[in-house]
Amino acid sequence: ERKKYLSILKRRGMTTPYTFIIVGKNDNPIYEAEFSLGQKRDSNLQSIQTTPSSSSSYQTQGHSLNQFILHSALDVVEESVWKSNSMYLKVVDRYGKSFISSFVSSGHMKFMLLHDKKDEDAIKNFFADVFELYVKILLNPFYVLNSPISSSAFDIRVRKLAVKYF
Amino acid sequence: MSAQKKYDRLGEQVFSKVDKVNAELFTLTYGSIVMQLIKDYEDVNEVNVQLEKMGYNIGLRLIEEFLARSHVGRCADFVETAEVIAKVGMKMFLNITGTVTDWDSEKKEFSLILEENPLVEFVELPEQYNKLWYSNILCGVLRGALEMVQMKVETKFVRCVLRGDDSSEIRVILKEILADEMPPGDD
Repeated sequence: ERKKYLSILKRRGMTTPYTFIIVGKNDNPIYEAEFSLGQKRDSNLQSIQTTPSSSSSYQTQGHSLNQFILHSALDVVEESVWKSNSMYLKVVDRYGKSFISSFVSSGHMKFMLLHDKKDEDAIKNFFADVFELYVKILLNPFYVLNSPISSSAFDIRVRKLAVKYF
Repeated sequence: MSAQKKYDRLGEQVFSKVDKVNAELFTLTYGSIVMQLIKDYEDVNEVNVQLEKMGYNIGLRLIEEFLARSHVGRCADFVETAEVIAKVGMKMFLNITGTVTDWDSEKKEFSLILEENPLVEFVELPEQYNKLWYSNILCGVLRGALEMVQMKVETKFVRCVLRGDDSSEIRVILKEILADEMPPGDD
């Protein structure tokens, strides 16, 4: 199924998007975004319902598939945390031809990226910068820990980072 | 104006001599005070009132420290008072300088503009707290401090960066000059 999805994308001339999520301590989603080169589709938690369903049914299918893939790697991420001294865990799992890289903060917030290109440096720096943005969110007294991040400023900045690194 | 420059310099001098505290600690402490008040009182308007009251009590005591450290003499008029607050007072305690503008015709009201405010670093105000004046403690501080030097004022926020404005603005209105009272017990 995934191969069929990829071949459909290739026919449509679209490159497979990067999917980025932040997952909290109870495996609860904190933030989600998809970045595709050239096309930015907003796929935050709130807008899942508003994704158009007619011609882009492949996109919505692909959207949930990516998240599902990332969530299935959560166990592997948990295990890898204790094997490493640094927050950046590099590639923790694979799915078909895609890779799943992860970065886990000291507070056990799991930052995960689904990607096809293996660009370790860019991904490492991306994680580091997103982590800085995340720390700033934590400093906001109104932010409830472990809750979804709804700040549009955060979303805009994360997407800018994606453009910068990918 | 030379008077302004004089207070600018005085502000810097005083600031360099006082003890400092870590800015993040300050911001985070204030943030948790506000959060706790919101949890306790639940009504945003009540939180505004409480913040102002807290500020008032701080101001009553702060003025002594301020006058002792800064050695400013008596202000000739309310206009000078405003400059001293903006350039020396704010500098000494918050390391910011305010701008005094928008005087009314009788020189009894002015606006204090704050370009930056250490209390609101990293803070984003959620929609449901839209009526909160987050830094309202500052209004109270001004009111308390000025009352101790015989000026009764009304202070309120009119603009705040957390609400989308590009700077924060406090309106200060002089209500009356208090006559010196005889201490109780004197016949």
